[in-house]
Amino acid sequence: MNYVLLAEQFFNGFQLGIILFLVAAGLTLIFGIMDLVNLAHGTLYMFGAFFAATFVLLTDSLILGMIIALPVMLVAGILLELTVLRTLYERNHLDQVLATFGLIIFFNEFFLIAWGPEGTGINLPPYLSGIILLPGGITVPEYRMVIIVSGLLVALFLYLLVSKTRIGMLIRAGASNREMVGALGINIKLLFTLVFGLGAVLAGFAGMIITPITQAESGMGESILILAFVVIVIGGIGSIKGAFIAAILTGLIDTMGRSFIDVALLQIMNAVAAETAGPAISSMLIYILMAVILAIKPSGLFPPKGA
Amino acid sequence: MNLAILKTPRGIYNSILILLCIFMPLIAPAIEQEFFTDVFARIMIVTIAAISLNLIMGYGGMISFGHAVFIGLGGYAVGIFASHGIESAYIQWPVGILVSGIFALIIGAISLRTRGVYFIMITLAFAQMIYFLSVSIEKYGSDDGLTIDARSDFGIPFFDLNDAMTMYYTVFVLMAGCLYLSYRIINSRFGRVMRAAKSNDERMHTIGYPTFGYKLTAFVIAGMMGGLSGLLSANFEDFVSPDMMFWTVSGELIFMVVLGGMGTIMGPLGGAIIFLFLSEVLSNITEAWHLIFGPFLILVVLFARGGVEGFFAKFEKRDD
Amino acid sequence: MFKKILLAAPMAALLAVPNVEAADKIKVGVVLTLTTPASIMGRQMKAAYEVAYDHLGGKMGGKDFELIFEDDGLKPNIGKQKTEKLVKKDKVDFLTGYIWSHVMGASAPVALKAGKIFVSANAGHSLYAGKKCHKNFFNAAWENSQNPMAMGSLLNKRGVKNLYVLSLNYAAGKQMVAGVERTFKGNIVGKDLVPTSHKDWSAEIAKVKAAKPDGVFVFYPGAWGLAFFTQYKQAGLDKTTPVYSVFSVDGANLPVYQKRKMKQLIGTFNTMFWAPDLPNATNKRFVADFAKKYKGQIPSHYAAQSYDSLMLIAAGVKAAGGDAKNTDAVRKGMEAADFSSVRGKIKFGKNHFPVQNFYSRQVINKGGKWQMSLRETVVEDHAPVMSNECKL
Repeated sequence: MNYVLLAEQFFNGFQLGIILFLVAAGLTLIFGIMDLVNLAHGTLYMFGAFFAATFVLLTDSLILGMIIALPVMLVAGILLELTVLRTLYERNHLDQVLATFGLIIFFNEFFLIAWGPEGTGINLPPYLSGIILLPGGITVPEYRMVIIVSGLLVALFLYLLVSKTRIGMLIRAGASNREMVGALGINIKLLFTLVFGLGAVLAGFAGMIITPITQAESGMGESILILAFVVIVIGGIGSIKGAFIAAILTGLIDTMGRSFIDVALLQIMNAVAAETAGPAISSMLIYILMAVILAIKPSGLFPPKGA
Repeated sequence: MNLAILKTPRGIYNSILILLCIFMPLIAPAIEQEFFTDVFARIMIVTIAAISLNLIMGYGGMISFGHAVFIGLGGYAVGIFASHGIESAYIQWPVGILVSGIFALIIGAISLRTRGVYFIMITLAFAQMIYFLSVSIEKYGSDDGLTIDARSDFGIPFFDLNDAMTMYYTVFVLMAGCLYLSYRIINSRFGRVMRAAKSNDERMHTIGYPTFGYKLTAFVIAGMMGGLSGLLSANFEDFVSPDMMFWTVSGELIFMVVLGGMGTIMGPLGGAIIFLFLSEVLSNITEAWHLIFGPFLILVVLFARGGVEGFFAKFEKRDD
Repeated sequence: MFKKILLAAPMAALLAVPNVEAADKIKVGVVLTLTTPASIMGRQMKAAYEVAYDHLGGKMGGKDFELIFEDDGLKPNIGKQKTEKLVKKDKVDFLTGYIWSHVMGASAPVALKAGKIFVSANAGHSLYAGKKCHKNFFNAAWENSQNPMAMGSLLNKRGVKNLYVLSLNYAAGKQMVAGVERTFKGNIVGKDLVPTSHKDWSAEIAKVKAAKPDGVFVFYPGAWGLAFFTQYKQAGLDKTTPVYSVFSVDGANLPVYQKRKMKQLIGTFNTMFWAPDLPNATNKRFVADFAKKYKGQIPSHYAAQSYDSLMLIAAGVKAAGGDAKNTDAVRKGMEAADFSSVRGKIKFGKNHFPVQNFYSRQVINKGGKWQMSLRETVVEDHAPVMSNECKL
């Protein structure tokens, strides 16, 4: 066993988990509070990627570009909420699924035309292109560490926001008992808009920070969306804590599976069979994880109270 | 059945749909659009999948966002057997339908114990799992898919699916059969329980109906019907590939059902026809047709929830 | 009896309304991907067909012809529908284009059943070079494993002993791996095929680092390439381990790489059957006219193949004296392939795939424009390995 490799894969899996968490947190919040199934959440991730890339190109600074992109993301999220999604709160899940599917179709085409088929991207500045050497010869690219740290900071911020502030209290109350919040005389519409904006910023932020690694292209939101669904189903829909744990778990299992399954299979079958079965099994791993968890706990690991 | 219903606008509309399906092989050449026959065969195949989705979604309230996976399972049953030289329909078809049914049983058993919204996401996730599985198996073509050299062999003289007319009318008969079957299911005791469970699951449960079992049965029936659609698709296209079960196909199936009128017997057929013609027409107008198609979908959801059948239903009420 | 009546009626309808308009004009249906991010190749190919059309003066064997373009949306079922439409509605005489093996796998049987001649301008499905070869099927590009086989030879020539192989986990991706394994003589120290949904190579790059190879073989076309080469540099591997790529860095995406300032690609090697600076008169004219037609860009091999596809069809029609309906004569003419190709002289094997040279090419920056520059001939007169499985 190569322990350096194992440690490096741990960081990689953790980083994937962080990105998944940022997307899943907004998704689970929006569902928990507004009871809205938003397929277009992946589209917001794509928004973030394209906006950031564009502003980084304009300002020629990674940090400045991303700082500008964040409030733009908030505005875009709020606009989307005011124009289309708001009308969907009162609708059933089917209407929500279909309408947001329509949004995906529209925006994928829109970004394809506006930015061209090649999409866009961000180059890392030299000060983020280095490599961090950890004890034991473990190396981690600086920028990936930045992703991990900034993601953890966002998670901490979300935790404080939800558990320590008034808005957080309303969010928690809303997740378990929507009518009660309304009865308290809170402006529900405003709260919903703000929560949606927050979710949009989180997803957009994930899209932004991943773009220097994966580049931005039309349609990039959908593969992450489906993974985020798996995450929130495992974590328990509506639970931020569940989303965090499930996201890290999913990121780690997916990465570890891709790295070590073929090696593990070699112990029990011949090389040709292992080479065929390896990718097939590792691509199914997280779905199997989901099935197992649901079989034991039908509402996920951390179902919010009252659900 | 009361024949008077045929004289209502809705009855006329539905009769036209069926007549179009029956006579398209005659109409298409007459208007010099031979390829419409193929378009209609394809519509009827998709309709079978849409009927099965309508059964669980329209009547049972189960929103499956992974329904295309059954088309894929049925299709690959033909493709995989054919690639091993086994062309007998009596092996391919039962296996295809059975595998679809078993898969429905497994994901249904896992996801029906959860709340509605979990169901959407879980069906989507499992469908993607099978999609990725099919992409990663090189032996069966991976994403290149499998070209099927010989269509299913029924071993009956004068009944050869390679003959275009035989294929077309086989599809038609099976589609009509599925329409009839869904009509019978919905109007049976089983169907009434299912519909009641949709509107109030808890109450049905309290008064002693095991709604879980009813829902699961419906889901398995729908899965098998989806598998049938896949069997036909593989035979008609002479080709199967992972694309036939990509998640967007499931989304399109839902849209067809809603467009035609969810929870109505004939809705899926009308929906499939409108959907496929609309995408054909729009894609001929501009390459960027998705820019129109996306908002159209949203508008249908916001302002025309009942679909075409719902429009007629309103019309009928106004008449009274 | 019933069946007869059903068949007779459409027949009668067909005979009653003769098709007057299209009687004389030769029609060529071209199916490409013109939407989705993959349209990057499709648009170049469309432009190349148009350049070929101009060079032919809109005539084949003395008869006027027209190109009818259709978009497959990167989906096999749409590709098949468009092919049906071209065959049954537009009544084309030839079908060409087809970038993807899965689209072609669904579409080619339609055309072949209808007795049309089908020319793949890109999809190098290996089955069609071997077991499934067909008298009316031509490929004006290559078979999937040919180019990676050439790359294997190049790796041997360049003294690479330990190789890490990276590819995509789908059919073409696996054929690429099989190709390089067939000719590479050193050790393969590691191999990863990532799923197509993946855009993050952190796990694989960590494995490459641990394996310390002296070269990495890469097959990441299109958007995967953009993401992969970015991460390869971020991990610092571009400084220590050279990348040898097939179908990942090409004329269609070089302008994009340049726009993104991905300088790590300058100097990297790839292999191909053609290069924009391949010295022959036809190629010179093609490259110059292509730039005029399409954003001033240097054509990619996709464009070169498309150009040759139409020229191949034209050669067939010419040999048949302008009678495009005389399939046998046209086919004979195409087999003879008497036209000047952008690759110089072109010849076809009995499976109707080109038997051709493969060259190594290096990415250079010339006059502020990144481009492929011809280096050496790696293999000569290479035919697909499965050619003898073809029973033509």
